Amino acid sequence: MAGTTPSQTVGPYLHIGLPWPDGPFAVAEGSPGGIWIRGALYDGAGAPVPDGLIETWQADPDGRFAHDNDPRGAVARPGFRGFGRCPTDQNGEYAIYTLKPGPVPGAGDTPQAPHIDVSVFARGMLNRTVTRIYFPDELRANEADPVLSSIADAAERATLIAGATADGYRFDIRLQGENETVFFDI
Amino acid sequence: MATSEPLRSAIRLPRYVRDHEVHPPLDSPEYRSTALRHPKRELKLLPHLLTEVTSPLFGEDRIGDTDNDLTRQHDGEPQGQRIIVHGQVRDGDGRPVPHSLIEIWQANAGGRYRHTGDNWPCPLDPNFTGVGRTLTDAEGRYRFTTIQPGAYPWRNHDNAWRPAHIHFSLFGQAFTQRLVTQMYFPGDPLFFQDPIWNSIPDEKARERLVARFDYANTLPEWALAYEWDIVLRGQEPTPFESDEDDD
Repeated sequence: MAGTTPSQTVGPYLHIGLPWPDGPFAVAEGSPGGIWIRGALYDGAGAPVPDGLIETWQADPDGRFAHDNDPRGAVARPGFRGFGRCPTDQNGEYAIYTLKPGPVPGAGDTPQAPHIDVSVFARGMLNRTVTRIYFPDELRANEADPVLSSIADAAERATLIAGATADGYRFDIRLQGENETVFFDI
Repeated sequence: MATSEPLRSAIRLPRYVRDHEVHPPLDSPEYRSTALRHPKRELKLLPHLLTEVTSPLFGEDRIGDTDNDLTRQHDGEPQGQRIIVHGQVRDGDGRPVPHSLIEIWQANAGGRYRHTGDNWPCPLDPNFTGVGRTLTDAEGRYRFTTIQPGAYPWRNHDNAWRPAHIHFSLFGQAFTQRLVTQMYFPGDPLFFQDPIWNSIPDEKARERLVARFDYANTLPEWALAYEWDIVLRGQEPTPFESDEDDD
């Protein structure tokens, strides 16, 4: 087996290479059911990270993926990409416009609660960190979710659950320190 | 359950190798900016389920005509040494990664980025943006034409310089394979003092970030060439799954 290529930081100039005009739109703007997921990225001193990039990847509202590894395929839904990308601004803020994902099959017969996988990139990060967004209006599904329930500490689990807002949800990401977000070994 | 769809997992999912030992630790004190930007809690194990083994698939509609030729994105030609950078994207099992998006960005020949945050006294080149993208072909191959980037100073430590590099971003075919990295040039005299390069613990892994000078693919009277293959994570051998249920 060949050794994989190591990661390196996106550096301070990621903005010339990675943002796309349509990056924040995991679904086309104005789609029925569209929600905004907004949040901020903070460092270990609680300061906003203005040179980061948030990427999101998720199932469609039926819990499916348009990908060979999901033999069910996706339900046809024009304008749905499932992938969002947004650089953080001077206040560390990002925003992704999407549809709420459905429950996704887990291992065996245990479904996973609706969730969004998140990659965090920034200057000063030599590799991405990965976290997940769960939804506050999915209490029962969250309780049964195999990934969430593998985290013993309630306060740690809480860092993965977005807050409800007028136009969607809020999900802040704390790289370090008090209320540090749970990150995953992917 | 919130859906009438049966959520039985009759789906055989690949599992990807967890190749952490290859990558730099997020806490790398010599690269000072890592200090407040690395998690201190232990990472929690995320099984490779559907969200992790799928990824966005991008098509030609994301790619513009001159996106793979950074020397033709303006009316005039950029300053500097024209180079071809090409190679193959494979996974750790040697399988090509076809039809997959690659994005690159880089400094100009003098080592300056077209970015409002880069103010060191080296001129911008009006004919160079320093941004490219392409899709790998059916064999996982990619090819860019660009300009040899320059080294540039930064403030990490006294008299710190980044070795010349090109930033690469790859999606592969699964969320687990997402990779952002940097390609370097052979024999760069600045490696010894660069904490980003040296953050990779294994010397052999570090060397995998260095392109090979490729005389055979130089274009006579036009451009030098470098070859750089990229290896994304491979899959674990598939275990026999007794709970497989295909109806």
